[in-house]
Amino acid sequence: MSILQVSNLRIWDGITGKVLVPNSSFELKPESCLAIVGESGSGKSLTCRAIMKLNKKTIRQSGDISCNGVRLNQLAEKEMRRRRGKQLYMILQNGMRAFDPTSVIGVHIRDTLMHHYGWNRSEIVEKMKQAMLSVRLQDPVEIMNKYPHQLSGGMLQRVMISLAIVLEPDIIIADEPTSALDSVSKYEVMEQFVRLREKIGCSMIFVSHDLSVVRRLADEVLVMRNGNIVERGDASILFSEAKHEYTRFLVSSQTELNDHFRRVMGGPDYVSRGSR
Amino acid sequence: MGGYILKRSLLAIPLLLTISFITFVLNALSPMDPAEVVLHAQGVPRITDELLAETRRALGMEQPFLIRYFDWLLSCLQLDFGNSYVTGKPVWSLLGPAFLNTLQLTIISVVAVIALSIGLGMISALTEGKNLDKSIRGVAFVLTSMPPYLLAALLVWYFSVKLDWLPTNGMDSIQSYILPVSVITINYAGIYFRIVRSAMLANLNEDYVLFGRACGLPEGRIKIRLLRNSLQVAISVFCMAIPIILGSTVVIENLFAWPGLGMLSVKSILSRDFPIIQAYVLVLAAAFVVVNTFSDIINALINPKLREDM
Ligand SMILES: Nc1ncnc2c1ncn2[C@@H]1O[C@H](COP(=O)(O)OP(=O)(O)O)[C@@H](O)[C@H]1O
Ligand SMILES: [Mg+2]
Repeated sequence: MSILQVSNLRIWDGITGKVLVPNSSFELKPESCLAIVGESGSGKSLTCRAIMKLNKKTIRQSGDISCNGVRLNQLAEKEMRRRRGKQLYMILQNGMRAFDPTSVIGVHIRDTLMHHYGWNRSEIVEKMKQAMLSVRLQDPVEIMNKYPHQLSGGMLQRVMISLAIVLEPDIIIADEPTSALDSVSKYEVMEQFVRLREKIGCSMIFVSHDLSVVRRLADEVLVMRNGNIVERGDASILFSEAKHEYTRFLVSSQTELNDHFRRVMGGPDYVSRGSR
Repeated sequence: MGGYILKRSLLAIPLLLTISFITFVLNALSPMDPAEVVLHAQGVPRITDELLAETRRALGMEQPFLIRYFDWLLSCLQLDFGNSYVTGKPVWSLLGPAFLNTLQLTIISVVAVIALSIGLGMISALTEGKNLDKSIRGVAFVLTSMPPYLLAALLVWYFSVKLDWLPTNGMDSIQSYILPVSVITINYAGIYFRIVRSAMLANLNEDYVLFGRACGLPEGRIKIRLLRNSLQVAISVFCMAIPIILGSTVVIENLFAWPGLGMLSVKSILSRDFPIIQAYVLVLAAAFVVVNTFSDIINALINPKLREDM
């Protein structure tokens, strides 16, 4: 039994009729992590947002998306909204832009938790405090009183993770959550993702084009190119025994990059630090 | 924050001084001899050199330029702009009431413009591409591309002449506000609602909207955030709209015989009544600077990022 089953997902531009994702089918097993890799523009974000039913109005989709046996594509918007946040949660690439710039981030956190659980202010602060400390955010109360632009990208990413810890969704979709970060914050945020999975036992879809991150986190991998899934399989064997030439290209180009990096830095093995 | 308000307010002072100086210089550069104008205006039949010299002395024209400027500036600060060449009455006794009338018209119009722009901009952005959005934009396009005098003429013809509902001129009752305010509002709301609309559409594509929805927040909450963020852009534009509308009332006032600055200034220009023109320019420029200062302060108050730097 899988927790999320996507079959024959087709995504197209409702205005021009251009097909962006022709036909995708995949599944997410309970408590596992599925990574989606591929160059930018290959349809990874469209796929993620299609699962949440949050693509822009002009983008249309068809196909079947079942979550825990419930067919999301047949749900009314109101029902779908109840599931967002509580059952399906999404972590975005750029923390700076994910929070409303005109209010302190505590406002978003309170709005969300109050809406789903009806907790009062002090309950929320108490729960968030623990969650934020667990992702190594010191001074949670102070952070909740800060505007997004007063925090770093890595901190905001961890705020989104801590909100997930409190919300305890069944499925977390993380769309390139580390791509906008410098390598030190990237490493820290990565570690928090690993711990997040251990802590709340959620299933996860993790989009990234950083293969070292994928190796560290994913159980299974989908490789996308031009809207198509060109390869899929077990994370551990996919990179060594890639069947599709594009996957081999991805792996080799990143290995080259890492080799180059290692040469320049003369430091420790950057790739193996991230691998299990 | 208080520091910023003080700093920003102090910044207005050199600006106002510069404006006053330019106004004074421009007037001094005018090829007309003020003494001659005064004598003409007073209907003196034969202007002799002696009379001219005497009038110049009475006007203080003998003094060096800078002394004259500072004298003038000091009296301006006490709202003493001299006397009208034509009627001999103090300028402020003419300009003051006119300024208040114009201000009334402007404030009511600005409130109407802002309310209508925000309302239409929101509706139009949230129904983007639908028929409602298309019709709002279509009607706005036609109305704003009409020059104000044509729009005014049409409204006067229909509501005052044909239906005999509204007065065509003066400011005697509440009803006399309706037509002038409508013309200004229709003209400017058609422009400013686009700014609200495009700001909202730009914000609709922002990640915070996506994240808010991904957290399952009710649509109402998200709309409030959208509006708050869009208004940040719109507020600075609206603040600039106040002086623009203030200046544009010239046409409207003359069309509807509104006893305001616009009417007064045109009358003074035609009769070359320099003290009034000078004071008009100065008062309008000062209003610009004051409104601008306020808009900067308001912007800083609502924008946390700007507030940071203070
Ligand atoms: N709102 C949109 N309208 C039309 N085309 C879009 C839209 N959003 C994305 N696309 C197209 O869909 C393709 C996939 O985009 P996306 O899923 O964002 O790629 P990525 O894999 O980098 O996340 C891109 O080629 C992009 O041009
Ligand atoms: Mg993307």
